[in-house]
Amino acid sequence: MKKLLSGDEAIAYGAWRAGVKFATAYPGTPSTEILEAFARLPGIYAEWAPNEKVAVEVGIGSSMAGARTLVAMKHVGVNVAADPLMTFTYTGVNGGFILISADDPEMHSSQNEQDNRIFARFAGMPLLEPADSQEAYDYVEYGLELSEKHDLPVMVRFTTRLAHSKTLVNVEEKALDKELRGFKRDIKKYVMMPIYAIPRHKDLLKRLADVQAEAETSPMQTVEMQDTDLGVITSGVPYQYVRELLPDASFLKLGLTHPLPEKMIRRFAGEVKRVLIIEELEPFLEEQIKALGIECTGKEFTGRLGELTPERLAVALEKAGLKPSFHPVKTPPLPALSRPPVLCPGCSHRATFTALKKTGAHVFGDIGCYTLAALPPLEMVHSCVCMGASIGNAVGVAKAGGSQKPVVAVIGDSTFLHSGITGLLEAVYNNANVTVIILDNTITAMTGGQHHPGTGKTLMGTDAPKVDLETICKSVGIKHLWRLNPMKLNELETALKDSYQIDGPAVIIAEYPCQLYPTRLKRIPMIVDPELCNGCGACLRVGCPAILTTEELSAEGLPKVTIDADLCTGCEVCAWVCKPDAIKFPVLEEVEHD
Amino acid sequence: MTKVTNVLIVGVGGQGVILASEILTEVATKFGMDAKKSEVHGMAQRGGAVSSHVRFGPKVFSPLIAVGDADILLAFEALEAVRWAHYTNKDSKILANDLRLIPTTAFLSKGTTYPDDPFAELEKSGYHADKIPADQIAKDLGNVRLANTILLGALSKHLDVPEEIWLKTIEARVPKKTIELNREAFQRGRGAL
Ligand SMILES: Cc1ncc(C[n+]2csc(CCOP(=O)(O)OP(=O)(O)O)c2C)c(N)n1
Repeated sequence: MKKLLSGDEAIAYGAWRAGVKFATAYPGTPSTEILEAFARLPGIYAEWAPNEKVAVEVGIGSSMAGARTLVAMKHVGVNVAADPLMTFTYTGVNGGFILISADDPEMHSSQNEQDNRIFARFAGMPLLEPADSQEAYDYVEYGLELSEKHDLPVMVRFTTRLAHSKTLVNVEEKALDKELRGFKRDIKKYVMMPIYAIPRHKDLLKRLADVQAEAETSPMQTVEMQDTDLGVITSGVPYQYVRELLPDASFLKLGLTHPLPEKMIRRFAGEVKRVLIIEELEPFLEEQIKALGIECTGKEFTGRLGELTPERLAVALEKAGLKPSFHPVKTPPLPALSRPPVLCPGCSHRATFTALKKTGAHVFGDIGCYTLAALPPLEMVHSCVCMGASIGNAVGVAKAGGSQKPVVAVIGDSTFLHSGITGLLEAVYNNANVTVIILDNTITAMTGGQHHPGTGKTLMGTDAPKVDLETICKSVGIKHLWRLNPMKLNELETALKDSYQIDGPAVIIAEYPCQLYPTRLKRIPMIVDPELCNGCGACLRVGCPAILTTEELSAEGLPKVTIDADLCTGCEVCAWVCKPDAIKFPVLEEVEHD
Repeated sequence: MTKVTNVLIVGVGGQGVILASEILTEVATKFGMDAKKSEVHGMAQRGGAVSSHVRFGPKVFSPLIAVGDADILLAFEALEAVRWAHYTNKDSKILANDLRLIPTTAFLSKGTTYPDDPFAELEKSGYHADKIPADQIAKDLGNVRLANTILLGALSKHLDVPEEIWLKTIEARVPKKTIELNREAFQRGRGAL
């Protein structure tokens, strides 16, 4: 059956077809939809792990038990999971194991654009790079077979462009029946202490050599011999762009890119006059092919930054002296007012940062919706490095004594459970003068509303115990803790000021549900009394999409505001900053009738 | 149809750009063509600009339309037509909803402002957009959500695909009780110019 599937959905269907029974992940754009799609398929188990390291460790366990296993994450997740992965290639697998790395060239929604193909090589994992949804679907099954045959975890690496593009896929109606192999004690394979790790490392090199031999004849590599003046070696989505821009050239399109099929590359290079390497980000293929002594170019034209879009590639090909089928036009965009993403109406993060702004502080941030508070108009997040970094960053600043203001860390609930707890241990152990605010909206909002150990639900929709953040904080040794509703801005402001006076770490748990996930919340919208509004703009500076300026001017000559009743959730943050008290709920009688 | 057709659909988060591009892609595949649809939807929920590339034809490689290579630009909002106009060329068609959505953060902007008339702005730079009063028509029909279907109706006039395929695909995507209304909205969109 032909289906239009995104790359993420294709991975999920492909895994199901190949008999994967066990999948785990921590959400992260652009990989999140893989597990969401997989969890809806019959006869499987799928879960959210607290972070990527745990996901890989659980996946290793599932593979040890002999189940075909899928673990998915965004590119930076692989950094978190690097420790188990680097040794997992030594032990190898029992049930086939696929690691999905969803990279994000152009940083559409990430803090960096690292190229994880290098990770595959670093750890010694065979690497597959699909170029459309059909290949994503097919490569999962192929990868699992490769994994079981060569006793190795296999990485399937693709990018945002593939993850979020829909193309046609031939979907099988039935899943393969793969029996559970069962765990067998084998200390030489599974206990990586030096005495066993040393021989396993040697064995890893042998296993990789076997994969390399297979790569030479693998059906995942395709050769299209056309005009032999130019031969292009490429992989992944860039193949699609270059195939269209140079319709007459010869192509070696690699699907299995680590270990590289040396002989095949030499043969191809020998048959063409000029070799061009087209790849996004790092010169992963190019450096290795140059090391084979093959003359080739690529990065000097394409560069190492961002996504290789068709127009960028067309420019690069012209620079290389070629004639792409599409002549890159240099029409600059017309100036258009930008639409930066903003916190949603009713989002409690707006309240927290409005209060922080009032008290004044240096605020070390983390990753989540609240990172948007770094931008105007709130501008109250002053750093963002990686998930879980906020508390450590704040401790470092406080200990080095480099800030004259109160030092605050802000971290979301999902991020705190992902990698914030160890930071808090550090703050307690070394008695740092920091205030840690846990922004608890009881969901992983940034990535589209996934459950986590604090929400009371699993990915499969069953109930789960709800971990209590206050208990965690107290058990690591936090003595000063406030648990409050940030929408009560006065209480939050007082707690902040009190926490700044404390010697040692303090925690404020700011609890208020996300307005979008798991269900959209809305109360009675507020209204602006045009008689009272003086156009001062204080409400506009909380940055809410529901507040709009009007054409009507106040006595001071400033535009008065109005509130969009469809968007307003009645959260009252704007009312809190309104000096003339112009923002209120509609008259009480109406409220009671509603 | 031998060549690949490129349709760029743009708008603001929440307007239904992605759904419309899904429908177009499905229509193309039902008509027996290869099709690809691509967008990045990281922050769409949060009021950002949204764009979706749809390409279809006998065989499609690239999932992205190159700058200057869109055959049709369909804008769900007028300023978004301005933002993406450079994806078109002199032979392209620009269809834009006669709707102005001013971003909340507009008051922060020092230089650029929201133009009084985005359509005039386009003309000044040598682009012409056909004005589709989709929101007005939707209001006349009594449901603002129909704007989406009206815009698809307007788009359908410029594509060589039988009307029945469009209607079947749309019907499968909308609530049962609004099927008749959506049919009417689609026809009004087709006749909007
Ligand atoms: C290592 C790693 N994994 C995943 C992500 C993707 N990601 C960014 S923020 C975030 C979690 C946000 O949830 P939370 O901390 O609860 O804040 P909220 O968005 O709900 O405000 C995730 C999963 C990432 N950036 N890095």
